[in-house]
Amino acid sequence: MNDGKASKGHIEVKDFALSYETIDGSVAAVTNTDIHVNPGEFVSIVGPSGCGKSTFLNAVAGFLKPTAGAITVDGETVKGPSAERGMVFQQYSLFPWKTVRENVEFGLKMRGMDRSQRERAARTLLGLAGLEAFEKHYPDRLSGGMKQRVGIVRALATGPKVLLLDEPFGALDAQTRVIMQQILTNMWQRLKISVLFVTHDIDEAIFLSDRVYCMTARPGSIKAEIPIPLERPRQQSMMMSSEFLALRRGLMSLIREESLKAMGGEINDLGMQGLNIELHGQSLADVL
Amino acid sequence: MSSSPVLARQEAEPVVAAVTSEPAAAAPAAPATFGVIAGRWYRLNKDRIRATLIGIVSLAVFLVIWHLLTKYRVVFFVRFTNVPSPLAVYESFTKAIHDPKFLMHIVLSCRRILLGFSLAAIVGVPLGLIMGRFKLVHEIVFPVSEVLRPIPAIAWVPMAIMLWPTNEQSIVFITFLGSFFPILVNTLHGMVLVDPVLVRAARCLGAREASIFREVYFPASLPHIFTGLTIGMGVAWVSLIAAEMISGQYGIGYFTWEAYSLVQYADIALGMIAIGVLGLASSLMIRAVGRLAMPWGRA
Repeated sequence: MNDGKASKGHIEVKDFALSYETIDGSVAAVTNTDIHVNPGEFVSIVGPSGCGKSTFLNAVAGFLKPTAGAITVDGETVKGPSAERGMVFQQYSLFPWKTVRENVEFGLKMRGMDRSQRERAARTLLGLAGLEAFEKHYPDRLSGGMKQRVGIVRALATGPKVLLLDEPFGALDAQTRVIMQQILTNMWQRLKISVLFVTHDIDEAIFLSDRVYCMTARPGSIKAEIPIPLERPRQQSMMMSSEFLALRRGLMSLIREESLKAMGGEINDLGMQGLNIELHGQSLADVL
Repeated sequence: MSSSPVLARQEAEPVVAAVTSEPAAAAPAAPATFGVIAGRWYRLNKDRIRATLIGIVSLAVFLVIWHLLTKYRVVFFVRFTNVPSPLAVYESFTKAIHDPKFLMHIVLSCRRILLGFSLAAIVGVPLGLIMGRFKLVHEIVFPVSEVLRPIPAIAWVPMAIMLWPTNEQSIVFITFLGSFFPILVNTLHGMVLVDPVLVRAARCLGAREASIFREVYFPASLPHIFTGLTIGMGVAWVSLIAAEMISGQYGIGYFTWEAYSLVQYADIALGMIAIGVLGLASSLMIRAVGRLAMPWGRA
């Protein structure tokens, strides 16, 4: 955990539900969800694909209105998107017509900061992310990892209270993902910002977080809340520790149950178990 | 903190790769003699050189065939009896460039294009942007535009003559109509295709409606806007020439038609070639402006 200096960025979600209106009536995407993120805490949400975790994050960002319940940040109800809640998207979503620096400056420009000031701020931030040499490049020319670093820096530039990340490293290769996790951890520790991180990657969730929420299959709700007592700073080698593996096993079995439910139980248990062993071996190999 | 050395080492690779992708040729700066440089230049531009050479040969072959067909006055389904030879056309060209009347025809046509096309761009682009952004405007304007759009600009000629007090105005109006719809439709198309994630990204960076329009919707639509302008320019010339032939006094279309009436066969071809050259030049100009306006696109 962080030293208790950070006092802002307390997310509180109570009795949250979100459903869509269709011709057959309303369909629940997320039900019954209560979560909180303490100031300066790193919290992940994992769940089987299609469980509504991205939908939930979009509601926290202010893009979707909850059907029931309330989302508050530092006591204020979320009414729409705002620069107080920075967001990082899986698809990078950099503005292709802006250079790397102009992308990072965007939030500051929207706030009305003058040109020279925001240039300086953007340069400093890009320096932290090791991107100063690329400030004049258009996003088109960057690798996926670099694009996402710009995405993170851009979201942090306005000094948000919380950072929301929606499967930010999902499109990256395994090696780059590990590096990006380190970079994100470093920035989080330096800026003492609250983070809500959505992923389907269990290793990633455990490695990064103070706490992990596990979601059920659609309609999503919170199935379990798992504290991650691993000490910080965390090293890559920790992923082989018995403590880590125990947490991983626990989360795995929770998710597997839900994935099976999501697949409608078409696949028999025996077959699924065989698949699981294979999966297990494969991601272990990735770690090695 | 302690992870940073690991970080630096791992990152070195992509960084190097990205840097060298650009000045790769400059790096091995061995003894760069003229021969070596010329060889490298040739290898890098091989495809373009090839295309240029073949292009020149193909144009030459076209001229030779034209020459032979007219020299022997071939009649084979089509009749080349009265078609001017390339040499005759060249002769009338050398005479025409010293003739202030011919130049005036060209200047007038260019002025009509400039007026009609500019008006179409000034009205069409903003209207397309607004229609893409505000549903109500779309719902009101779209049905009208869909009904009017299939009517060729030439079909407007009689109506245009009734509508506008002078001939000049009705010709500009026809040119305007021809380019207006491609510009409008493509701008609207560009707006529809704007990636909603980019809009969301702008929103959670604190952008409001006006900023999102200026910083996201407009630049995102620019490639399609320029497609519309290019197509619009082509249709503008088509419409202009038709209008000049029917109702004009002066203008390169009128010049071409008049040449037929006056049995100046060489001038017919000269007029046609002038129209082709002007059309090509104007679309190259739009492409150049597009490249300046969108430096992020790979040329």
